[in-house]
Amino acid sequence: MSVEIRSLDPRVNRLGLHIHEPGAADTLPPHDHWGTYQVFHQKKRGDRHGAVGIVHAPSPELAMVYAKEQFGRRGETANLWVVDTRHVLALDYGDQDMFATTPEKSYRDPGGYKVNDKIDEYREKMSHELTP
Amino acid sequence: MYGGGYIPKEESRKTVSNDDPEMLATFEERVTRGEKVEPRDWMPAEYRRQLIRMIEQHAHSEIIGALPEGTWITRAPGFRRKLALMAKVQDEVGHAQLLYSAAETLGKSREAMTNDLINGKSKYSNVFNYPAKTWADVAVIGFLIDAAAIVNQVANSKGSYGPYCRALERICYEESFHLKQGHSVFVYLATGTPLQRSMLQDALNRWWKPIMHFFGPSDEMSEHTLTLMKWKVKMATNDDMRQQFLSLYVPKIQELGLTLPDAELRKDPESGKWLFGDPDWAEFFAVIRGNGPCNAERLAVRKAAEVNGAWVRQALRQADAQYVTPLA
Repeated sequence: MSVEIRSLDPRVNRLGLHIHEPGAADTLPPHDHWGTYQVFHQKKRGDRHGAVGIVHAPSPELAMVYAKEQFGRRGETANLWVVDTRHVLALDYGDQDMFATTPEKSYRDPGGYKVNDKIDEYREKMSHELTP
Repeated sequence: MYGGGYIPKEESRKTVSNDDPEMLATFEERVTRGEKVEPRDWMPAEYRRQLIRMIEQHAHSEIIGALPEGTWITRAPGFRRKLALMAKVQDEVGHAQLLYSAAETLGKSREAMTNDLINGKSKYSNVFNYPAKTWADVAVIGFLIDAAAIVNQVANSKGSYGPYCRALERICYEESFHLKQGHSVFVYLATGTPLQRSMLQDALNRWWKPIMHFFGPSDEMSEHTLTLMKWKVKMATNDDMRQQFLSLYVPKIQELGLTLPDAELRKDPESGKWLFGDPDWAEFFAVIRGNGPCNAERLAVRKAAEVNGAWVRQALRQADAQYVTPLA
């Protein structure tokens, strides 16, 4: 005969709970908490949406309900997106070396085009030519 | 709130690892450089295992921590206090979800974590095995236990595992409201009627021992502990965090003319360290083993919530549903 739990909390007493014997069978079967959705949050109009985390949900509609509670319950929110995690294709961190030379491509950066030295040199030269 | 605090020792700790020495060296260099580790990176088996334990226990602590305070929502004194407590309890459950998803990225499902909690395999913060008897307990929990948790969480948020750090950043931001509202309830009682003051003093006396237990006993400085610190899994020793907590909060208790039930508690002027009496570690270990005043109730309530909700989750399940490990 299992022992009934007596709590300070009348709501717990109303549940009529008994002491759970440890080592019993698992309560939850696999996938009981559904799949996951990635949540993207936009703080203000004009901002980008940014990935903020996940929620567990059985459908996009419920994922949105949970996302509102989990990521929009304080501060500002303009908009939310939810995306089934299965539909996200991500790179492997092991392949990061494919970007290794990208920061070196100075011909893609405004900083790669410095001409002030040339201009100064030209003006210097011209000023000498003009003085008799 | 309720940052993990003490992580209980395991019976058998695996210290031998079969990790590829080259991969291990690259991993350790990355961590030493201060780079974050991301979910699908190579990581030592022991790093993964320890992080799962730690994040999972932290998540359980958030969700179980909501129970003693949740008890007081219906009896909070006044509408604003009730709103604040509801918001705080909801935050704690939200924190649990953030943490469970961080642990999920390491390969353990949320269902498996919940099963291990209900079956007593995984632990949660020991403080929640004590009852919240009066409204003053809510003040002590909301002020001091949250404060202790913040010390722990701020340290951990500088750790090496990306998803855990990101979850903790968001959590610490929300905790600042918890701490402020806890302090507010605490100060209102401390500066209230003589009855309110004595209620608060009584709660403080009852909670001081569990609060001193919060960070756990001194770490044994084993090779294992040192490895976890090198990997930035453990960010500060239990003693250092306890000292930091005492330095920050004992003055805030004393400035209100309240006392702490430890005659030996004082700051040593020479070392700058807090000295204190034995906080009864025997009781601490007994409660961890399941013999605290509320262990059975906490787990039974947690189990009832899952069991009573099962038919709803079942009804909503899609036939083609499929679980994939979250990305981050």
